[in-house]
Amino acid sequence: MKDLKADYFEIFDLPRSAAVDAKDLEKRFYALSRQLHPDLYARKSQAERDYAQEASALLNDAYRTLKDPIARAMYLLKLEGFDIGEQGAKDVPPELLEEMFELNMMLEEANPDEIAAARVRFEAMRAAIDTELQDKFTAWNGSEVRSLLNRRKYITNLIDKANVPDRV
Amino acid sequence: MFQIEFDSPSDRVVGIDLGTTNSLIAWMNLGRPEVIEGEDGSNIVPSVVSLLPGGEVIAGTAARTALIDYPDRSIYSVKRLMGRGVADVQDELKLFPFHIAEGSESVIRVALGEKTFTPPEISAFILRQLKKNAEIALGGPVTKAVITVPAYFNDAQRQATRDAGRIAGLEVLRLVNEPTAAALAYGLDKRNEGIIAVYDLGGGTFDISILKLHDGIFEVLATNGDTHLGGDDIDNRLIRIALEDIQSEWGEDVSHSGEAVQTLRQDVIRAKEALSFEPTAHIEFAWHGKKYNREITRELFENLIRDIVDRTLGPCRDCMKDAGVTTDQIDEVVLVGGSTRIPMVRSAVEVLFRARPHTELNPDEVVALGAAVQAGILAGTVENQLLLDVTPLSLGIEMYGGLVSKIIHRNSTIPASAGETFTTGVDGQTNVLIHVVQGERELAKDCRSLARFDLKGIEPMTAGFARIEVRFLIDANGILNVTARDARTGKEQSVEVKPSYGLTDEQVEAMIEASIDNAEADFKAAQVAGARVEADTILSATDKAKRDEAWSTLTDEERHAVDRAIRELQSVYYHDDYEAIRARIDALNEATHKLAENMMNTAVNSALKGTKV
Repeated sequence: MKDLKADYFEIFDLPRSAAVDAKDLEKRFYALSRQLHPDLYARKSQAERDYAQEASALLNDAYRTLKDPIARAMYLLKLEGFDIGEQGAKDVPPELLEEMFELNMMLEEANPDEIAAARVRFEAMRAAIDTELQDKFTAWNGSEVRSLLNRRKYITNLIDKANVPDRV
Repeated sequence: MFQIEFDSPSDRVVGIDLGTTNSLIAWMNLGRPEVIEGEDGSNIVPSVVSLLPGGEVIAGTAARTALIDYPDRSIYSVKRLMGRGVADVQDELKLFPFHIAEGSESVIRVALGEKTFTPPEISAFILRQLKKNAEIALGGPVTKAVITVPAYFNDAQRQATRDAGRIAGLEVLRLVNEPTAAALAYGLDKRNEGIIAVYDLGGGTFDISILKLHDGIFEVLATNGDTHLGGDDIDNRLIRIALEDIQSEWGEDVSHSGEAVQTLRQDVIRAKEALSFEPTAHIEFAWHGKKYNREITRELFENLIRDIVDRTLGPCRDCMKDAGVTTDQIDEVVLVGGSTRIPMVRSAVEVLFRARPHTELNPDEVVALGAAVQAGILAGTVENQLLLDVTPLSLGIEMYGGLVSKIIHRNSTIPASAGETFTTGVDGQTNVLIHVVQGERELAKDCRSLARFDLKGIEPMTAGFARIEVRFLIDANGILNVTARDARTGKEQSVEVKPSYGLTDEQVEAMIEASIDNAEADFKAAQVAGARVEADTILSATDKAKRDEAWSTLTDEERHAVDRAIRELQSVYYHDDYEAIRARIDALNEATHKLAENMMNTAVNSALKGTKV
């Protein structure tokens, strides 16, 4: 590992791209783990042990982020200077306003069949976004990806909401 | 000359399974994990501690006997209390004869007779017994250890375990999750690639872990469990039935007698264990001249425990979901813990995972064996194997309104870290309090409070201007470390930690201090034992050499010198002065120098003769 300030792509010696080969990433992760894991430094000095711990934590954080396509895209947007704070959840994409309104009504009426149907519909919408994202990952366009991710986040919130009656 | 070469004691690392019911210690013996027996010849140390009326504290087999004679001065299953507050254990108190001392708040204090102890101190007595067993068997001091914990243990429970190790005079190099340890013990060279589920139902805890194996890397994908589910719960069901029977048969409620309940507990455990092999068993209980005998069929037993077994299946399904695997992707299932001997448990696991579970290794020993393998990895004697474990619970910070903001999600590979920037809310504010919780719920009050971190000495300025960067790091033990620095000056920021449950560092230090007297005695005992092991080795080697033809090559004087050295060593053998024993060992070594040389020569000569063409 170059240094503890490296970005997640640099850690794996990968180009900054939203398209990452999962198998290859895993291979790199295992190889780096064999170099950095604190277990391998148990008999070394405190300074080396501390470094291994920090480096290993960074490696694990990097792997966790890059192996998940959504987290990876968010991270990439952040690297590119896009603001992806919490506002994604608050700014309702206009075309989803009606959906949200309907869902809230359903939840009030507590009609389990309708809610389940709504959930199926939302999940289909999210799947469609995921397919679209796949294409955008290869032909990267930051602002398009950001609006897709915003939309996706919002739909995920709707799915979570529609899941609640299941749990009760 | 005949002296055995011991591996350097400072490098030796043992593996310890500190269990609810039983504890074991193991080491890597010539590259293979092996459980170390105690002086009583048993490889199990019951996790029981007793304060004898004379003031001596005993642990293990002897304490198990004391449990019946002195129920008010003895404790078992103390693991259930580790890292917990009084409010957490109210349910346990109904079922377990724990005597919680008054004034216990963030740290429970258990009364044994007239004294009180914290759970880590009690566990330390068990660890000391294990340590002593290992020192006697290995003939040298044991100071470094890997200790296993249930995968689902939270931060406070892990800290309590590490504190127990420190109090017992052990440097705890690593806490390892029990199911992961079991996978290490099993997975040796067996499989290059594959998905393994480890189902661990012990005396008091249940864990499920799903791992991916890849060329010696054991990557935990997800873990789940219940830290209050195990064989103890099964025993309590049987005890309740027996107590009700006895009440109606004898017209007498014996449940208030600690002695009666402890005797009955051991009787129902016998019946429970028999039911794993026989279709029926009997609970036989004798008390003050009266006898109670009840047949329990396996069918009745299974009806009695069905819901306990079922309670393990939910976490298994959740774990598969979190790991992103389906049942048909699971290649192997490993069973751990004494409770997995119950046929109903085995078949439930088989049905769920559609795979025949591994049972080749003794389920009571497999965790300790795996801990020894991990000890070998840390000591550098086991190569090419690496464990990548996860944190079982999400880590979060309490926000305004009591909501939790998760900063490290459960099942993240550890070490894992997260950074957050904090600021002040009031002009001139000089400290910021951060409340850290563990758990999956949305409200802080529904999660486990972990600690309050007080960022102190912030330079007074306008509200919102301060920038304190706080780094949360869960280390490879699954324990949280927090550091903070001022983002503007880059200066390290002081953090005062107030653990919600458990001991402060100062308290642990005081306990270590108090135990140093004991430790010195233990150390001396271990030295003596070690010297005797060496004496045995050289005495038997000399004895063998005297029957070799080389013995006749010595002069009379040389032979007398050897015999004299033997007698002198024997004369101090039973003394408690290990230095004297060692001095006589050296003298005997010296005296046998020529004999050993001549033996070597004869061996070489006869080898040469043998190869002559």
